[in-house]
Amino acid sequence: MKSASTLERVLTAGKFAVTAELGPPQNANPDVIKKKSQYMLGNVDGVNITDNQTAIVRMSSISAAAIAISCGLEPVVQMVCRDRNRIAMQSDILGAAALGVKNILCLSGDHQKFGNHPEAANVFDLDSVQLIAMVKKMRDDKQFLCGEPINQYEPRLFIGAVENPFADPFEFRVTRLAKKIKAGADFIQTQCVFDIDRFAKWMELVVKKGLHKKAYVLAGLTPVRSAKALHYMKNEVAGISVPDELIKRMEAATDTKEEGIRICLEMIEKIKKIEGVSGIHLMPIGWESITPVIVEQAGLLPRPQV
Amino acid sequence: MIVADRKPIKEILDSIKDYEKIMLMGCGGCVTVCFSGGAKAVELLASQITIARKKQGKVVEIIQCTAQRQCEYEFIEAFKEDVEPAEAVLSTACGVGVQAMAVKYPDKITIPALNTKFMGYPVEHGFWQERCAGCGDCVLEWTAGICPIARCAKRLLNGPCGGSYDGKCEVNEDTECVWQLIHDRLKQLNRLGNLDIVREPKDWRTSTSAGQRRIKFEEAML
Repeated sequence: MKSASTLERVLTAGKFAVTAELGPPQNANPDVIKKKSQYMLGNVDGVNITDNQTAIVRMSSISAAAIAISCGLEPVVQMVCRDRNRIAMQSDILGAAALGVKNILCLSGDHQKFGNHPEAANVFDLDSVQLIAMVKKMRDDKQFLCGEPINQYEPRLFIGAVENPFADPFEFRVTRLAKKIKAGADFIQTQCVFDIDRFAKWMELVVKKGLHKKAYVLAGLTPVRSAKALHYMKNEVAGISVPDELIKRMEAATDTKEEGIRICLEMIEKIKKIEGVSGIHLMPIGWESITPVIVEQAGLLPRPQV
Repeated sequence: MIVADRKPIKEILDSIKDYEKIMLMGCGGCVTVCFSGGAKAVELLASQITIARKKQGKVVEIIQCTAQRQCEYEFIEAFKEDVEPAEAVLSTACGVGVQAMAVKYPDKITIPALNTKFMGYPVEHGFWQERCAGCGDCVLEWTAGICPIARCAKRLLNGPCGGSYDGKCEVNEDTECVWQLIHDRLKQLNRLGNLDIVREPKDWRTSTSAGQRRIKFEEAML
């Protein structure tokens, strides 16, 4: 085992893994994390704590992760390259590990243009691939990026990366995944899947290259409550593919919440049958209370004790 | 070339409001080519200032000059007599030219009339785009001659982020995703393998993070 992560044990044991996202609040209230933690406890194998997602200032992901740990959860700390240079990142990696964090997800990060401080300078000292390689170097080689040794207590983190099968250039998306795995990614969480066909096509390429044997691929899923939300995803979020029939289905539904859950459950069933997929990652934006409902109705409970 | 854009007239008028005698110094280099600071731009700005002052019922005297290149001491030293009577120098050069004037004429207030934008070239008449960030360690050899440092909003070195869609950058839909361009050109050149390599973190010391950069060319030194 590369880490003491439960998520790693679940995946290594060949179980279908479930992770879910928990967004920290835009204030200093720890109770928000505690409340949301209750939705997750016993229902998922890992909880992704986002890092100022869409570049909106929120409680830091490592602090929120420490609170989640105190609630009995296993967090996956998300770390973006937008706001910190290699010095601050390595410092935070050590700090996260010291607080009991066992999983990290490495991302480039949404551009600050999309957030509430568009006038900020961005950092991008490293890119996501380089961040992955740095965490691996710290863990496996017990060295800082500069080559200096880490004395005894290296950060033992299970390393995650993201990939967007729906962005362009399509053929490069598999190459980029291969690069992330080569750099050291142990597991992959994808951008949210609405377009199952394109996702399946991408997975075919992943399997053809044997990448599913080198890293565990978790399909991202976002349950939505309205047709409006789907329209937003389709038109406002770059690199998300939403089929028109899905939008029509939501528009025709009388109870859109129920329909949203049904769509998500159907997707889980389809995804389970796609070769090379090791689990799902739920990202119910601002709707964390639905996570336990979906996990239960999808027949994914109880979570494996490994 | 260095591409610069004139500051809003209101800002310029405000920055010179305390002066009645102004030397307006143009530059015959890059800013002439991009229409923002050559002799013609100086003439236009001088008349705008004169009209604005007239409206305010205030006087102004503008001495108009244009150096062949404002970024070289030998060209700006020739304007000593023109600078002398002025209270302030309003420069339509890039930031380099403004600073050269400040050094050569230390007792004069030096005011920039332009915002220096980037190093680039016109992709069509009247339309300039950034091409080089002067990072000091060129990567164009393996990026098909297309720069991701200057043209990717995240300066990524290992390919496009998840926001590349339909050839466009998510940060600005009028902007081409530079990594799509790199990918396509490498494919055309049969060099797509360049993108398989995990590129190491960049050493930013050659860029702006190590302070002022200098180059000495011994043979040229007197």
